[in-house]
Amino acid sequence: MLRYTIKRLISLCVSLAVASLVIFTVIEIAPGDPASFMLGINAQPETLAALRTELGLDASKVERYLSWVGGLLTGDFGTSYTYRTPVADMIAARLWVSLPLALYALALSTLIAFPAGIYAASRRGRAGDLGVMGATQLGVAVPNFWFAMMLVLIFSINLRWFSAGGFVGWDKGLWAGLHALTLPAIALALPQAAILARVMRSALLDVLGEDYMRTARAKGLTARQALWRHGLRNALIPVLTIIGLQFSFLLAGGIIIEQVFYLPGLGRLVFQSISARDLIVVESVVMLLVFSVIVVNFLVDLAYAAVDPRLRSRT
Amino acid sequence: MNRNLIIGAALTGVFILAALVSFIWTPFDHTAMDIPNKLQGIGGEHILGTDHFGRDILSMIMVGARTSIAVALVAVGIGMGLGIPLGLWAAARRGSWLDEVIMRGNDLIFAFPSLVIAILITAIFGASAINAIIAIGIFNIPVFARITRGAALSLWEREFILAARVAGKSATRISVEHILPNVTNLLIVQGTIQFSLGILAEAGLSYVGLGAQPPTPSWGRMLADAQTLVSIAPHMALIPGFAIILTVLGLNLMGDGLRDYLDPRLRVTRI
Repeated sequence: MLRYTIKRLISLCVSLAVASLVIFTVIEIAPGDPASFMLGINAQPETLAALRTELGLDASKVERYLSWVGGLLTGDFGTSYTYRTPVADMIAARLWVSLPLALYALALSTLIAFPAGIYAASRRGRAGDLGVMGATQLGVAVPNFWFAMMLVLIFSINLRWFSAGGFVGWDKGLWAGLHALTLPAIALALPQAAILARVMRSALLDVLGEDYMRTARAKGLTARQALWRHGLRNALIPVLTIIGLQFSFLLAGGIIIEQVFYLPGLGRLVFQSISARDLIVVESVVMLLVFSVIVVNFLVDLAYAAVDPRLRSRT
Repeated sequence: MNRNLIIGAALTGVFILAALVSFIWTPFDHTAMDIPNKLQGIGGEHILGTDHFGRDILSMIMVGARTSIAVALVAVGIGMGLGIPLGLWAAARRGSWLDEVIMRGNDLIFAFPSLVIAILITAIFGASAINAIIAIGIFNIPVFARITRGAALSLWEREFILAARVAGKSATRISVEHILPNVTNLLIVQGTIQFSLGILAEAGLSYVGLGAQPPTPSWGRMLADAQTLVSIAPHMALIPGFAIILTVLGLNLMGDGLRDYLDPRLRVTRI
């Protein structure tokens, strides 16, 4: 297990290093100089040069890459070009919206998908199964931002149960915060729940065909007992991978949903920073999202290996 | 033939037909503004109503289908064009450092949240349909590379491939003449799935203003226009939404149906 962990850890570091290089390069070849963007077209050359020095833009590319990565490692994400505040603080403030939103959506997605998938698998081929599968087929076809608009139309405009957008802030209390995030979380969760329900169903159906399930029945368990005691636990492995992948998807996918609901999360931060050419913020947010995806995948891999020793011998 | 395939192909066919017909005929000029007739509901002279500028929604949907289909199709083309050769190459040199590099590169692309990178690319290099295509296309490459390699690996163990090797064919010739034809079905099925994902991605990008630019109509931007008017003119949001859902649903059903039709043994559980 230790060897496996070390091997995965090395590959994790390589992935992160390459990812940071790619992001740095993309931002680097982006047209438009932040300094001249900040000062406008009538800037004096001396002012421009001074600002470039102040922002560290005239250092060599290698130096700038190293200082950026070094900063990331020590939690210093640099200073925003436009707001002159530490990027780390800006990101932290936005994470308080994006992270709870992603977790909320993940919880909803799991709560919907598990019963739906289990129900469909237990009714394989019958009307209940076909109904659930039809619904999931529709669920994956619905764009989440459109679904979000429909939720606003029904629950905010017509029924007036929720506000149509904005975020009250957690200082108004946990309930008020969750209430403001409910519609966005549902919009994010439903298409994901459709995928997860399909995975749950097919994983369960695979397990139901195994010999040990027949043994469980043979020793006198009812179909329901066998499903709950032996089937579900074994079916969870593929389901957990998808949940791991979905978390990062929900964190990143929130970007568009945040636009629909005017939520002050990472997504809006990215859009604002892009239009202000505040590339240092864009760079750090994208790196943070990629980091979370890679680390979550790494943790899922480790969790697997801990559960299933056969996986350790493979890479 | 099965039911999924027929329903899916019919739905997809309607939208492809609408896109093609829009080149020669639309009920109205899709750019013509007609302010006195703005925000008309469904039915009447404008069958699907008009938007806040009085433009005919049906015409915009037809021309928008063109944008969606073109973006998604070219993005799938990029994914197939680069992904399939890479996958075949990795499988031909299985176990070598080349295989390792290609597969690790794939893993890396998978690790990037595709939406974020698509937004990054389009935002930095300018919002346009071309950049949207590239942004969506890049993420199709590892999908096709992986699926091609996976299927090709097991084929390389088969006896007819051994026979070809004994006959003196090079790895490249074997890949093109024997491996590729045997993975085509799988690739067609995956292609329809990626096509539908491409339509969703294009809609998302143009919704946030990073896809095709005005005056080119696109379903995503029609939804963005509809957002502030959703309470007074819900049809402006409903119609493009249904267009996206029906197209994606059609493609997904067609993918499922094609899989069963082309090769019943390929009962890969789709997720």
